[in-house]
Amino acid sequence: AMQQATLNAALSTDEARTDYDAVTSYNNFYEFGVNKDSPKRQAGALQTRPWTVRVEGEVLKPRTFDIDDLLKLAPMEERIYRLRCVEAWSMVVPWVGYSLSHLLRQVEPTGQAAYVTFETVMQPQAMPGLRYPVLEWPYTEGLRLDEAMHPLTLLAFGLYGKLLPNQNGAPLRLAVPWKYGFKSAKSLVTIRLVRERPMTSWMKSAPHEYGFYANVNPDVAHPRWSQANERRIGEGGLFTPRRNTLPFNGYGEQVASLYQGMDLQANY
Amino acid sequence: MSQRNRRGRARADRCIWWLAFLLGLLPLLRWLWLGATGALGFNPTEFLLRSSGTWTLVCLLVTLALTPARHLLGWQGAPRWRGMAGLFTFFYAVLHALAWSFFDHALVLRDMGADILQRPFIAVGVAVFVILLALAATSSKAAMRMLGRQWQRLHRLVYLAGGLAILHFWWHKAGKNDWLEPLLYGGVLVLLLAVRVVVKLRMRWRATHRSSLP
Repeated sequence: AMQQATLNAALSTDEARTDYDAVTSYNNFYEFGVNKDSPKRQAGALQTRPWTVRVEGEVLKPRTFDIDDLLKLAPMEERIYRLRCVEAWSMVVPWVGYSLSHLLRQVEPTGQAAYVTFETVMQPQAMPGLRYPVLEWPYTEGLRLDEAMHPLTLLAFGLYGKLLPNQNGAPLRLAVPWKYGFKSAKSLVTIRLVRERPMTSWMKSAPHEYGFYANVNPDVAHPRWSQANERRIGEGGLFTPRRNTLPFNGYGEQVASLYQGMDLQANY
Repeated sequence: MSQRNRRGRARADRCIWWLAFLLGLLPLLRWLWLGATGALGFNPTEFLLRSSGTWTLVCLLVTLALTPARHLLGWQGAPRWRGMAGLFTFFYAVLHALAWSFFDHALVLRDMGADILQRPFIAVGVAVFVILLALAATSSKAAMRMLGRQWQRLHRLVYLAGGLAILHFWWHKAGKNDWLEPLLYGGVLVLLLAVRVVVKLRMRWRATHRSSLP
């Protein structure tokens, strides 16, 4: 069961939360299929116990963590984050977890560590999507080390006060609220600190559509649609207008300094 | 044929016409039903946009299948339904275009124009729409008479519309490398074209052989 979490109001939005039903029924998790109802329909067979996470690479103390130890590693916080999918829809999700930095400090990154890669589990018997070469498996994502250490970068174990449902990335996942949703890898088994910028699954699949940074940016359009606005799931009726998308998904005050002097058009 | 028979035949024809018409309306009726029961899913606008696109393509393929159906199945009356199937294609294309303009762009013309100019994916969809509009506008018997031989030439553009519609669908699915559906629909289109080519070649072959007889 999920231990009691305290709301981190400073890092939470007070916007209306998206219904639990929508958050857990409408999402992408290609290992279970490419349709947005596939994860909920297919994820039941995912084995989330026993579960270990290997944290390795450019660290002084590489270590394999058991999920039950990770659940106790730091105090659980509730963080209500906006989630902006690259497909131009958005939600507001009350995650439960703690900053990823708590975990990374445990393994003591070396001075050589500059980036962090995240790998999702491969359970072929439970994940029918792995049979299709939609992406290169295992699903691999990455952050720059300073992004990974940023307090907003959440290692999430639950949502709405409960443990994560399988379809949302049980038993643990990332939630990086200023980046498009696909950066927040799910069902993590490996976290590796590396020297060079890693290639991610999406960069290999469609480099002109998905860059390494993938910061939410209304000024950089996707080749097939505009990113200037978004559909908030569950908000209003058929003719409710879309919302304007904010730079860094509205988290610019906290994170814009990470990208000072960078051309965000080129580094999309 | 006796007068009673003729009247019975006319009534049966009318019945069949209405049945076909209702069949064509089924996708629309389904959306209304799903809407009324709150079953359009968590992103209803996306669902309607995609569903209307799919049904436009299905109607287009049905329209193109009617002539081959006569050759392959011997259903002599099949080509008579091309008009209705074609108009349903246009009908769903209009709904698809309305969904795009209302749901994606809140009918802001400047946004719509930018979308068309910046994205080949959208531009190709608009091209299909324009072709279907031209075909629907000239679908009446009067237009057929007026255009004469040009009518057939104009309406051959339906193949171009089919090809571009597949391209539009292909691009839409490209992000997920999910080619199954566009391949399936594209395969049907190619097959229907192939049937016509074979029929045409056979007719030409027969014609040359007949003319070479003494």
